[in-house]
Amino acid sequence: MTHEATLPTPLPPTLEIPAAELLATARALKAQGRFDMLLDVTAVDWPGRSLRFDVVWHFYSTVTFARVRVKTRVAESDPAVDSLLPLYGSALFMERECHEMYGIDFRGHPDLRPILLYEGFVGHPLRKDYPIRLEQPLVPYRK
Amino acid sequence: MATVPTTIPIYPAAKAGHTSFEYLTSKKDELVGWARKFSLFPYPFVTACCAMEFMAVSSTPYDTDRFGAALPRFSPRQSDLLMVVGTVTHKQAPILLKVYEQMCEPKWVMAFGACATSGGFYQNYAAVAGIDKIIPVDIYVPGCPPRPETVIDAIMQLQARIAGDRHPILTDKF
Repeated sequence: MTHEATLPTPLPPTLEIPAAELLATARALKAQGRFDMLLDVTAVDWPGRSLRFDVVWHFYSTVTFARVRVKTRVAESDPAVDSLLPLYGSALFMERECHEMYGIDFRGHPDLRPILLYEGFVGHPLRKDYPIRLEQPLVPYRK
Repeated sequence: MATVPTTIPIYPAAKAGHTSFEYLTSKKDELVGWARKFSLFPYPFVTACCAMEFMAVSSTPYDTDRFGAALPRFSPRQSDLLMVVGTVTHKQAPILLKVYEQMCEPKWVMAFGACATSGGFYQNYAAVAGIDKIIPVDIYVPGCPPRPETVIDAIMQLQARIAGDRHPILTDKF
């Protein structure tokens, strides 16, 4: 007897948009779709692809309890998208994390200092080409 | 004396008229070591999930107070035993080093759990692969997290070591 695999909640619908349409899409989602909460900003690294990075946003509506995922692709040479900080305050920290981990540049973000990493860390550790055992210690190791 | 006693012999006063001890003889290092091993004041440098096991082992059912090592001091200047409980990241390593340097001698360090011992499964950009790369460690407690019995065994082994150590704070004038 086989069991049908059912997900407890269905995966959210995904909008794949060009990077230039991000702000307009987010505005429409917030105004018309009543997606009033930005849950997550992250990225996916696809080494070898011409537009190397996916930048992913997750939205949630506390009115309709719906979720939606927005994806866009950016190139390695110019990994920049618009900041959603004017629309969602929660973007402040999440875009900082995405910036330090993947090197995505959020245009219009006022303060892209590292949030989990430390000052002086070179590189972006969640990119696939970051060496897996490379450490950048702050304290010199004992002999 | 021909034989060296391994424990402190206590000679009751023969004609004192009461049952208390009038004097005892020992070696200075043994006496100080005996006192120090039962007054370990741990500084819990607790960073991660091993803290749950630390709480379990220091509270009633396992009770490290039986070994004189239960009262945590949250100032490094008042503590003897630095218990590094959990993962130490590179960002946190300067803090750990500063805490260690602020502790007064004599001091001992326990690496509690797999992460403090070796980094555990965090072999990546963020975690220090063992706190012994930063500070000297006296005793390692394996396990993810360690069983309370393991921690108690480690404390007892550390106590045995303290009891057998030289305590060079004592000079010939004492």
